[in-house]
Amino acid sequence: MSERKTWQEVELGIELPAATSLAYKTGGWRVLRPIFDPSACTHCMICVGYCPDMAIPVATSEAGVAGKGGRVFKGVVRVATNLDYCKGCGICAHECPSKAITMIREEEAEQASCKL
Amino acid sequence: MPTLQEIALKTSGADARIVSGHRMCSGCGIGSIIKTVLAASDKPVIVISATGCLEVVTTIYPFTAWNTPWMHVTFENAASVAAGVEAAYKALKRRGKIEGDVNILAVAGDGGTYDIGFQALSGALERRHKFMYLAYDNEGYMNTGNQRSGATPFGASTTTVPAGKISLGKPQWRKNLVEIVAAHRIPYVAQAAVNNTIDLYKKAQKGFNADGPAVLVVLQPCTSNWSFDSSLTIQYSKLAIETNFWPLYEIENGVVHVNTKPSNRKPIEDFLKGQSRFRHLFKPGNEHVIVEMQKMIDDEWARLLKLEESGIQL
Repeated sequence: MSERKTWQEVELGIELPAATSLAYKTGGWRVLRPIFDPSACTHCMICVGYCPDMAIPVATSEAGVAGKGGRVFKGVVRVATNLDYCKGCGICAHECPSKAITMIREEEAEQASCKL
Repeated sequence: MPTLQEIALKTSGADARIVSGHRMCSGCGIGSIIKTVLAASDKPVIVISATGCLEVVTTIYPFTAWNTPWMHVTFENAASVAAGVEAAYKALKRRGKIEGDVNILAVAGDGGTYDIGFQALSGALERRHKFMYLAYDNEGYMNTGNQRSGATPFGASTTTVPAGKISLGKPQWRKNLVEIVAAHRIPYVAQAAVNNTIDLYKKAQKGFNADGPAVLVVLQPCTSNWSFDSSLTIQYSKLAIETNFWPLYEIENGVVHVNTKPSNRKPIEDFLKGQSRFRHLFKPGNEHVIVEMQKMIDDEWARLLKLEESGIQL
């Protein structure tokens, strides 16, 4: 806390910086990890709309990215899940119409990355 | 017609009005609801949040997930405070101390809307303040561990109406908030669900642009207290619509419009299955509760269709 103020100096209401929760990484809650397969994705944005943790970032790509069946998808595209915030609920994997996301146990994912 | 691409761009990234790092249960759809609704506003938004799941999980000290002016008030008065904010904004604008337009959004759960905040809501609607009221309905006081509310459906077991040898869960049907609100003759009221993002977004847009108060009631299946796997939130929301348990409709200037009419109505058992609060209904001897529930749902649906067909202004 900063130094004490008299009541005349205190501002009305409380002003706090916004969006500070970004410093709190909820990824540690995860039991299952979503593995995203870009080659099966149609960038339909269903998972992005549903993700309750806003953990699926999107980007605008003019050149386009390769997706399902080698097709190039331009415009708004999804990128890899942000594992800092993903709680591993599995909604994205369950709702994906192209089955581009699979859930695997966190320790398996860890082991696989250790082997690499 | 909004697209999912457009919504995705508005809900992710640093300019989103609500950001990651909130502590909702894994698989809770409130995050999806609130980000979609906030993205639907083309003006800056001031959010007034009653006590409830959303308030608790987004503002655990010293963190906040809100990237827009936000205020927490007590359980009962989200609507009155929203009304006060709107009146103050108008007054400041009249005196030339503030410029531009804002949208005001009051958010509460079903406990803070159907029960505790109801008087404040009714008053604010009657005074015709220009704001939108969003109620995310998880059908009970889920933040405190599943107590019964005015939105809890018939037959559901909760800690305050537990099912047992004699009790079959809640003996009353939930109240129809949309029609109660429509009786205030406000310009816009709608019922939406978390599984239909585009529909929710469009309804939020209409609500924000309405000439007066608007109310949006959104179904939010609760993974913790309906007790299903966290990946099934959207699935249960879909089932609620396909069984006509939660019809998607809107009342615009008194005229009813049903948005989704399931071509093959699924039996209500499909929705009840797998939820711990309805588990007792599948025990032998309790079949009549499901039959009664099915009849109520069919009657309500037929009534809603008639209301739409008649074109009567509510």
